[in-house]
Amino acid sequence: MTDGKNKLRIGFIPLADAAALIIAVDKGFTKEEGLDIELVREVSWSNMRDKLNIGLFDAAHLLAPIAIASSLGLGHVRVPIVAPFNLGLNGNAITVTNDLYKALADHAHGDLADPKVSARSLADVVAERRRKGREPLNFGMTFPFSTHNYQLRFWMASGGVDPDQDLRMVVLPPPYMVESISSGHVDAFCVGAPWNSVAVDLGIAHILHFVSEILQRATEKVLAVRASWAKENPDTLRRLIRAHGNAADFIEDVKNREETCAILSAPNRIDVAAEVIRRTLDGKLKVSPDGTYRTSERYLMVGRIGAARPDPVQAAWLYAQMVRWGHAPLSNEFLAISKAVFRTDLYDAVLGKGSPLPASEPADGVGAFVGPAFDPNDIRAHLSLWKIRRW
Amino acid sequence: MLPDSHLKIVIVDESPIRAAILEDGLREAGHVQVIRIEDRTNLLARVYAIDPDVILIDLENPSRDVLEQMFQVSRVVKRPVAMFVDQSDTASIQAAIDAGVSAYIVDGLKKERIKHILDMSIMRFNAFSRLEGELEQTKLALEDRKVIDRAKGILMKVKNLTEEEAYALMRKTAMNEKKKIAEIAQSIITAAEMLK
Repeated sequence: MTDGKNKLRIGFIPLADAAALIIAVDKGFTKEEGLDIELVREVSWSNMRDKLNIGLFDAAHLLAPIAIASSLGLGHVRVPIVAPFNLGLNGNAITVTNDLYKALADHAHGDLADPKVSARSLADVVAERRRKGREPLNFGMTFPFSTHNYQLRFWMASGGVDPDQDLRMVVLPPPYMVESISSGHVDAFCVGAPWNSVAVDLGIAHILHFVSEILQRATEKVLAVRASWAKENPDTLRRLIRAHGNAADFIEDVKNREETCAILSAPNRIDVAAEVIRRTLDGKLKVSPDGTYRTSERYLMVGRIGAARPDPVQAAWLYAQMVRWGHAPLSNEFLAISKAVFRTDLYDAVLGKGSPLPASEPADGVGAFVGPAFDPNDIRAHLSLWKIRRW
Repeated sequence: MLPDSHLKIVIVDESPIRAAILEDGLREAGHVQVIRIEDRTNLLARVYAIDPDVILIDLENPSRDVLEQMFQVSRVVKRPVAMFVDQSDTASIQAAIDAGVSAYIVDGLKKERIKHILDMSIMRFNAFSRLEGELEQTKLALEDRKVIDRAKGILMKVKNLTEEEAYALMRKTAMNEKKKIAEIAQSIITAAEMLK
């Protein structure tokens, strides 16, 4: 039972989607598996990637696209990473300043809550600003290789907005998002919880969309380990996966919601009010300073409906976005490497396949709000669909 | 090729003291173009405007992620930049991470040419944390001294002792109980407060 490596250092960024990792450790699920884990709070994804890559961390709470980029060696040294557990689906939101919200509403043909309507409205706002000779809009996201970057791009390009030509995409560390929107440095951002809620609570912004309205299933953060580490520590990894499975089940049981939020809100963990974290897990968010709430069954899915099971379709979709925006070359080899990062087999060996997904789930495993079904074996077809692209 | 003393070096550090310590070191080593950025607003635009050959950034700075945008193809990129630390030099990476500093260089610049810059950064960062540590120690010692003086005063008054006797009593008790004098002094103060 306790053969192999037992003492682990794992990095996390204070975000609600680190929930399964934090609960696995703080609620004692890793201890039950004979693991002694030191959780280390990190300040940047670059640090996380480097510390995981050179072995200062055994595992990491990592943006899914970084796990892929690292395995492909994009922009940096190539270090093969594997993701045996998905820390969650969805959980991001697009937040805009009150001014931009008003401009979008003024230009909207239809319900602004519909991402097709909002993307077209954004194109109109962009065109009007250009006519008036105003500065392009600034959109904040968390990291170049981030879900946020690709989700924003996918959404706005559908309405005819070119993210590289029509506006500026700027990287902003999540803790700086709110001050950047309040100082007018950015007009909008896409980030995970709790930062959207913090901006709305301050009365300075509206949540325009939950990302689950753009993609029904979008892998967000993964539990990442080096491929070499996974090979050298198979038993430790199995125990780590089991602890995470138990933690995800615990979090998804509404009876435990209060305790979960109390643990996550601790000063050395996410360090925001438990009530704000609760909104995220309940999928009930205040979207407007006037107190309007929006609810979604899909806001942040930690373990339910197969959310924790790594899905290579998700890896293929993210890789396709990298190709579309000129961040990665297109090749069958790269596609295969990307898919192989998401290790369904390692997950299944410990936690089982789970019950088949209900028919209400998107058949292609992604469920994008525009375009035909995504085919993970034909990236070229997916890319050819879109007029705005760098490929 | 530019002489090394003309490499343009940008320091991104939210600690002005540490940045100054590093800048001094680089200037002493003959570098004439050293620019510090302390304010994080529009960081990337400022870096592009300066167009540096080398960027040094502290690892506790979340703005590191902002700099990573330089790696992705974008119309604003003037020159591609690569991260200095790579797998070929694990000892350097380890030393840099331990010291808490990271470096980026313009693609094509030979690593050997900036090795001394990174080494200097590591040294100065380590020197800074030693300074910080010593300052912390001094503060603690000062704090202890205050507590001990107060406790001494209480003993002198209550037990009618001289200053030396009061101190000797605390020291003896501390030795008997295997505690620090400051801890004994704190207990005396706490007890005196309760008995007021």
